[in-house]
Amino acid sequence: MALLSVEDLEVRFFTRRATIHAVNGISFDLDAGETLGVVGESGCGKSVSSLAMLGILPKTGRITRGEVRFGDRDLVKLKDADLREIRGRDIGMVFQDPMTSLNPVLKVGDQVTEVLRKHLDMDKDGARREAVAVLDRVGIPHASERVYDYPHQFSGGMRQRVMIAMAIACRPKILIADEPTTALDVTIQAQILDLLKGLVKEEGMGLILITHDLGVVAGICERTHVMYAGRFVETAPTNELFDRPRHPYTLGLLRSVPRLDASQKEKLIPIPGAPPDLSILREGCSFAPRCPYATDESRERTPMLEGIDGPMHRVACWNPVPDAEVATVASSSLEASGS
Amino acid sequence: MLKYIVRRLILTVPILLGLSILVFLFVRALPGGPAIALLGERATQESVEQIEEELGLDRPLPVQYLSYLRNILSGDLGSSVSTRRPIVDELKQRFPATFELAAMAMLFAVAAGIPLGYVAAKRYQGVLDNVSLVASLIGISFPVFFLALLMKYVFAVKLGWLPTVGRIDVTRSLEHPTGFYLLDAIIAGDGEAFVDVLEHLIMPAIALGTIPLAIVARITRAAVLDVLGEDYVRTAKAKGLDPSVVDRRHVLRNAMLPVVTVIGLQTGLLLTGAVLTETVFSFPGLGSWILNAIRFRDYAVIQGGILFFAGMFIVVNLLVDISYAFLNPRIRYR
Ligand SMILES: Nc1ncnc2c1ncn2[C@@H]1O[C@H](COP(=O)(O)OP(=O)(O)OP(=O)(O)O)[C@@H](O)[C@H]1O
Ligand SMILES: [Mg+2]
Repeated sequence: MALLSVEDLEVRFFTRRATIHAVNGISFDLDAGETLGVVGESGCGKSVSSLAMLGILPKTGRITRGEVRFGDRDLVKLKDADLREIRGRDIGMVFQDPMTSLNPVLKVGDQVTEVLRKHLDMDKDGARREAVAVLDRVGIPHASERVYDYPHQFSGGMRQRVMIAMAIACRPKILIADEPTTALDVTIQAQILDLLKGLVKEEGMGLILITHDLGVVAGICERTHVMYAGRFVETAPTNELFDRPRHPYTLGLLRSVPRLDASQKEKLIPIPGAPPDLSILREGCSFAPRCPYATDESRERTPMLEGIDGPMHRVACWNPVPDAEVATVASSSLEASGS
Repeated sequence: MLKYIVRRLILTVPILLGLSILVFLFVRALPGGPAIALLGERATQESVEQIEEELGLDRPLPVQYLSYLRNILSGDLGSSVSTRRPIVDELKQRFPATFELAAMAMLFAVAAGIPLGYVAAKRYQGVLDNVSLVASLIGISFPVFFLALLMKYVFAVKLGWLPTVGRIDVTRSLEHPTGFYLLDAIIAGDGEAFVDVLEHLIMPAIALGTIPLAIVARITRAAVLDVLGEDYVRTAKAKGLDPSVVDRRHVLRNAMLPVVTVIGLQTGLLLTGAVLTETVFSFPGLGSWILNAIRFRDYAVIQGGILFFAGMFIVVNLLVDISYAFLNPRIRYR
């Protein structure tokens, strides 16, 4: 049985002006020790889905449908008091911006100990020792002294290590990392990703890695979900997704981000157009207005995720990019850049 | 931290010096003069000159200032022209009165304002939020003396619940070793006197504290709303902390930073408010004293009093900055 099983999760924001359809029915399983990537452009609902799973949506947001099964419980139906026992203990979360995600007026050590004391019933000294140990583990030098420092005395990368320390302090079964490296510079990014990779391996944690950067999932994730306008549009083992993207959006994403392994000449082609307005929920594929392969059917009926090239690779598209064409498109972009 | 405090203390020296010059010049720029004030409009030229010579007012300004400064430094602020009493003595007697009043007013403002602002923020745009918003607007725009008169009329004159004037019932005998009557009552172990002093304080303190109360409530509300949207509050929730812990450790502690600054500023402004309130309730504090001094062109009292007010303002600000530094590590470690 999967460690975490999300079933048809739907999240909406009810604001004064409009209803925002932020997440429109996503489903996935996470196994113990598995590393899952979720990629997509800004605003596609990545953060909202993870906040929804933990029950910490902003006030205007509500889960309107679906289940989040963890063990034998559905987190969506859980009382907040019970959910609080799970947050921080069984499921840890790391946020995007380490500069603003730590409390500026509390010592770093206290921010780590408070989660230990809440969940593990430790006394002050025990929690302090454990905090030093966990900070040491995430690679903070002189951790036993640095617990007395404040966040502003740490660099961005070190702060993100502190965030990770807080998230893994109670040895959670699941770690959700929402763009953990986006706010950091490239060398630090690599260090943080290495750290996460190592921790997941040692602890056997399930990791959900949220990012808009395909380079990040390529390095770590066994499986990757591509998200667009609140839905998963393609899901596959990461290698396969990179080699044979079948959804036009995935292909577009791949061609619009620089890749370390790409040849110098390969030109970046941005996806034309902008993501749809989430306050209007239309029938049809939400990518259709930007899609070169779109047909009348795409515009009228919403495609569901369905197996393609075997059960592991699934795509929600009426006209998946033909296998052969993936190569042609790639080479034609090469030619275009040559001329 | 100690270094920070010492640096702040050293900084106050030039401020106080500059201030003493300003006050010195300001007083001399007032129309009329102490001789006229003492002798009346129809005094002869000679008697005016004689008085001025007696008071040293005929000497060049820098000389006057230097001797004034020398006296201040030796703890001598001169004597009142009208009562002939040393100003220091008068200060010793009146400062505790105003301090007690201001402390009670601020206590009232903070004790009510912070919870009110906090609750309003938590019920953002709810009924309670809107009610408190309107109430605080009224509180801010209500003239202090009008409120004081109104309260005096209703609770003292009509209902007779509270005394109208002074700090203590005139028939009561209480030793005053400190001049802080509440403290004196405690020292004497006189419970009745304590209650009596408290009853005399209630109305002036509320009148004086209303504006700070409204301002503290509004700033608290704004600060809490601000902090509730911060990433670190989301982090705290993601850790599974109880809502009360999130609020206390993460929300309130950060929201208090702007509130403390405002409390300090309001405490400074309270001293001006005290002039009106003390007059309405015939409260023998610094405010009514200075008001009288201005009326009688009592140079020495105005000089001494304003300098003292300014000194208090600086001390209050220093205390605020220090407590701010305590609350905010980013300042402490600069
Ligand atoms: N508090 C809110 N009220 C209304 N709409 C919201 C709120 N928070 C998020 N949304 C909407 O939900 C959608 C998804 O937002 P989300 O933060 O999940 O995007 P994301 O994929 O994480 O993007 P990014 O890469 O920028 O972090 C967005 O369109 C956003 O406008
Ligand atoms: Mg996000």
